[in-house]
Amino acid sequence: MAKVRGAIVVDTERCKGCDLCVVACPTDVIALNTQLNGKGFNPAYPANHDACTGCMSCALVCPDMCITVYRYKPQKEAV
Amino acid sequence: MSEILTPEEIIKKGELVFKKTKFMTDANLSYCPGCGHGVAHRITMEVIEEMGIGEQTIGVAPVGCSVLAYDFMNIDMQQAAHGRAPAVATGIKRVFPEKYVFTYQGDGDLAAIGTNETIHACNRAENIVIIFINNGIYGMTGGQMAPTTLEGMKSSTSPYGRDVSTMGHPIKITEMVAMLPGVCYATRHAVHKPGLVRKAKKAIRKAFENQRDKKGTSIVEIVSNCNSGWKMTPVDANIWLEENMLPVFPLGDIKG
Ligand code: SF4
Ligand code: SF4
Repeated sequence: MAKVRGAIVVDTERCKGCDLCVVACPTDVIALNTQLNGKGFNPAYPANHDACTGCMSCALVCPDMCITVYRYKPQKEAV
Repeated sequence: MSEILTPEEIIKKGELVFKKTKFMTDANLSYCPGCGHGVAHRITMEVIEEMGIGEQTIGVAPVGCSVLAYDFMNIDMQQAAHGRAPAVATGIKRVFPEKYVFTYQGDGDLAAIGTNETIHACNRAENIVIIFINNGIYGMTGGQMAPTTLEGMKSSTSPYGRDVSTMGHPIKITEMVAMLPGVCYATRHAVHKPGLVRKAKKAIRKAFENQRDKKGTSIVEIVSNCNSGWKMTPVDANIWLEENMLPVFPLGDIKG
């Protein structure tokens, strides 16, 4: 069965590295980068991006609205 | 054959399911990392966007951490003196009865200096929405004890923990105003988990619909973290919130 896939885009300069999305993600997609952003925070990034389902959990709990979420539903294949 | 898309291809071909609402400005929020204010702002503005009432809505910002809410909420806003937001909202709503008027207040603002204004606006059934962020502490001024501080909770002015025999009990304003006939809807929510964010947003929507239907005052309390004031990481603060705040301030509808 074709699975629903997702992808996220993190606004890394806006991110404050609070870690809430990392905890909220049910499929452990997100990690905090060891590289700092301009403000000196460790921004979130999709470390395990292929596991994303586009469920939006991360975006819903992000206080700084840094995460944009895309979802792709594969079409039913013609037989 | 099934296609294996890369994340870049999903972004290109897929459906955009979540992005920041235009009803929040692009300004960086002044809140500490992980503070619940950002989510509470966002869901309030998403409701206003989804109801299509952006041009008819006037928000009243408080004093406290969210004093700059007018910089972040991309609609008409008015700043009130400390605790006076419900009184200012009363005036605005009475002059412009066709507008949607809401206040956005923390517990230091609404449940301490502004208790009077809160209770009397509710008692007059002012047709406004009150969004009340309760984190049990004065965040902006450095973590002092608030009326909502839990029993035994340490703050900079209760360094040995709140002793209720001398400092009183955590005040439950939402339950108190729910007793008033002027209040049509009193409910308590939280925003630290995705499912709870969805529920809190529905409650805010209901509150604005009550205003549209001229039902009286609606108050939506949001129990939130003040990780800086509590001196915890945001993740730990949300765990502490679940274990300590929610037993005292249980979630759910109190009235309506
Ligand atoms: S959309 Fe869901 S699965 Fe994808 S990163 Fe966010 S929380 Fe994880
Ligand atoms: S002091 Fe507390 S309430 Fe204020 S922005 Fe920081 S975490 Fe939020």
